[in-house]
Amino acid sequence: MNGYELIRERLEARRNPARLSRRDFLKVGMAATGGLLIGRLVPHSGQVHAAALVELNPYVQIDPDGTVRIYVPKSEMGQGVRTTLALLIAEELDADWEQVRVEQAPLDPKYGNQGTGGSSSVRTRWQELREAGAMARALLVEAAARRWNVKPSHCRTEKGRVLHPNGRDALSYGELATEAARLEPPASVRLKDPADFRLIGHSQSSVDIPDIVTGQATYGIDVRVPGMLVASVERCPYVAGRLLRYDDTSARQIPGVRAVVEVPAIGDDVHVRPGVAVVAEHTWAAMKGRQALQVEWEPGDTDRHHSAAYLEQMQALIAEPGQVVRERGAVEEALAQGNRRVEATYALPFLAHAPMEPMNATAHVEGDRCTIWAPVQIPAWAARATARALGIPERNVRVFITLLGGGFGRRLNPDYAVEAALISKAVGAPVQVVWTREDDLQFDFYRPMAVHRIQAALDADGRPLAWYHRLVSTSIRATLQGPDAPEQHRSEIGGADLLPYRVPNWRLEYRPFQSPLPRGWWRSVDHTHTAFAVESFIDELAAAAGRDPLAYRLELFDMDARTDGPYGYDPVRLRRVLELAAEKAGWGRTLPEGHALGIACHWSFASYAAEVVEASVDDNGQVRVHRVVAAIDCGRVVNPSGAEAQVIGGVLDGLWTALKAEIVLENGRVAATNFDTYPLLRQNEIPPVITVHFVQSDAAPTGLGEPPVPPVAPALANAVYAATGRRIRQLPIRAEMLRG
Amino acid sequence: MTRFELLVNGTRHVVEVPPDMPLLWVLRDVLGLRGTKFGCGKALCGACTVHLSGTPVRSCVLPVSAVVGQPITTIEGLDAAGNHPLQRAWRELNVPQCGYCQAGQLMTAAALLRQNPNPTDEDIIAAMAGNLCRCGTYHRIRQAIHRAAEIMRQEGTR
Repeated sequence: MNGYELIRERLEARRNPARLSRRDFLKVGMAATGGLLIGRLVPHSGQVHAAALVELNPYVQIDPDGTVRIYVPKSEMGQGVRTTLALLIAEELDADWEQVRVEQAPLDPKYGNQGTGGSSSVRTRWQELREAGAMARALLVEAAARRWNVKPSHCRTEKGRVLHPNGRDALSYGELATEAARLEPPASVRLKDPADFRLIGHSQSSVDIPDIVTGQATYGIDVRVPGMLVASVERCPYVAGRLLRYDDTSARQIPGVRAVVEVPAIGDDVHVRPGVAVVAEHTWAAMKGRQALQVEWEPGDTDRHHSAAYLEQMQALIAEPGQVVRERGAVEEALAQGNRRVEATYALPFLAHAPMEPMNATAHVEGDRCTIWAPVQIPAWAARATARALGIPERNVRVFITLLGGGFGRRLNPDYAVEAALISKAVGAPVQVVWTREDDLQFDFYRPMAVHRIQAALDADGRPLAWYHRLVSTSIRATLQGPDAPEQHRSEIGGADLLPYRVPNWRLEYRPFQSPLPRGWWRSVDHTHTAFAVESFIDELAAAAGRDPLAYRLELFDMDARTDGPYGYDPVRLRRVLELAAEKAGWGRTLPEGHALGIACHWSFASYAAEVVEASVDDNGQVRVHRVVAAIDCGRVVNPSGAEAQVIGGVLDGLWTALKAEIVLENGRVAATNFDTYPLLRQNEIPPVITVHFVQSDAAPTGLGEPPVPPVAPALANAVYAATGRRIRQLPIRAEMLRG
Repeated sequence: MTRFELLVNGTRHVVEVPPDMPLLWVLRDVLGLRGTKFGCGKALCGACTVHLSGTPVRSCVLPVSAVVGQPITTIEGLDAAGNHPLQRAWRELNVPQCGYCQAGQLMTAAALLRQNPNPTDEDIIAAMAGNLCRCGTYHRIRQAIHRAAEIMRQEGTR
């Protein structure tokens, strides 16, 4: 069944009177209630009545006044998905963008996979949502044609109206919606010729900005439910520790504190940390009560868990063979044959996500039912994990998704939603659990720590004969499935498993390193560290061969490398962005004294990115980034302004990982506590200029949230080498690496 | 619990709260003004910025007892209709990504423009360096502050 048939089927199921039970009707009502949390659901005139909403399909409802409500099935975390996906529907619907109201779809099977991650939303919904818009348009046209007694094919649509063939009369979508909803949807629809796009390809400001700039936007932390209490949880700070005992006498005396309850540790894939929750009438009382708790923790084998010790052990492990996960040719023989051998080891730390909105969730457990309002990236996982933790059927958990104050992959894990549900059940009231920034940094699912070693042998012309890549990391899979998880390389090698350069003998080996510190998906996941290793090492080879880094890459580009599928890797496109970035950055031009350029390219999440960084290093070893030029091929760009913002944000994220970001494990606990010990880039620390160039493309759109990140850190490290002759093989870059 | 009379966005409110309760939580949990955001609790990120007698302050570390008698302006009071030149510029230039830090960014920027209606890049960077953005909207914030200053000049508003 294709996407369009799926929409039809879902619509059919909802229209069939025999199946339109009271429960379905209530569901519409609940959707409206859940949507209220997003702020502008009720735009003009007070209460929305479920009966007033005319549903043309699960994604499109039209009010009698012509307001078009578009239900977006993915979570908004700043990537602009509520705007971009709504544009796809509005384009084919020929809606008046001014009349579009975007609603957040609650968790519901009719919306398909609502997980938001892997830069997949536009790529996976591009066809389906345009078809949903086209279906709704076809119904409205049919309704108008019947009224006028003309052929539907003779009618046109424009900005929320159907136009009569006579060129004078017109009917608005609001006037037609009720009749349109009674008609049979067409068996198929024809999508627009891209030449006729009026919205796609044109910049739109994010639909949520009017609410954001007036303080009306609703994030998870802004949810209020009648009778709601707020919880602050003291959790075990030791990665391998447990709760021994606690005394809540003083905590209970804080005015406003209502209850103190223990939160049990939940292992499996959720990782709710053991803790003690102080539940109060408002956030401040909960936080003060928590400070007044006396808690004793069993620290566990903390002596074993230090980042410094991990690094030593991983560097020792990298000397031993791992599991061969990719191979061509005979790498060991080729290594022995080369004229010249090059070897480098790269080390990357744990990273926290640190979105600006601390983790939070609101839950209300009533008997064997639970309602969750939360900023989550995978609402279905939140429902599944909550159901399991509460011992109730999964279908009894409803999830309403709020705006996310940043995600970056952290909110894929639903631990905080489960925590809220457990506390709500314990106290018998709706509960919002609010994490502090300290909690956020101490109890994250961290980007894995990784060590890469690559060895190469060059032939007499400086070309690599062999590329032998070993990777050791604390895998994400082990966090989800335990230390014995099979195939742990699958969450770790992305980006190292496809070498864009021609090397006849190649091997990639993986070896997991076990740690109890939970790991998760951090914006662009394994590509953050694999691209650093691969794109730093190719630069090292260029230097060893005495070649220009750009010319060397272009000469070695493997034009036969391919991966399968409609969104498989195409070397022509990666080469094009590499050349475009170099051209726009003026590769080879004369630079100010002390400045140098570094370049890198990388393919991830089906998109192509290349970046050139202009940097200098002062006498104290301080790195300054003067300019970043990004070239991106993500197929057709749906919303250029939003797309540019994603690339700039990705570039800054990459610079942050190169210059500052690091989570250190010390004595079995995370050392960072707040933004003073885990500093973000500030307004005064960004390069003055970041320019973004998109390849003009008719290809189907692909992801953009993550692909701009991976090439940044290696491009900067390569610029530092060009400026100083010193190789950066460990991130973040420290001044002492470059001093003296 | 102590009674405090607060002047928020031009309206008088009487609240009964512990005297050490930070203004942030009074605004959010007692007065229902949730546009001001909690980001760090330690005056390190600026998400909670409001104006106290016109000066930007970090409401997450400011005890309610310290603000009595002084006018407080929150994002809801900047211009409820969203017509402040900064709000207009923010929409026009599509500044926010996740948006969570933006109330604090706007309040800091509003105080800057009141003092300095024609800021240079350097002025903006100096004034805004205490407001963190994790999404990376810094460049557009700069451009939008310049744009708001331009709107103010064109329309003669302050």
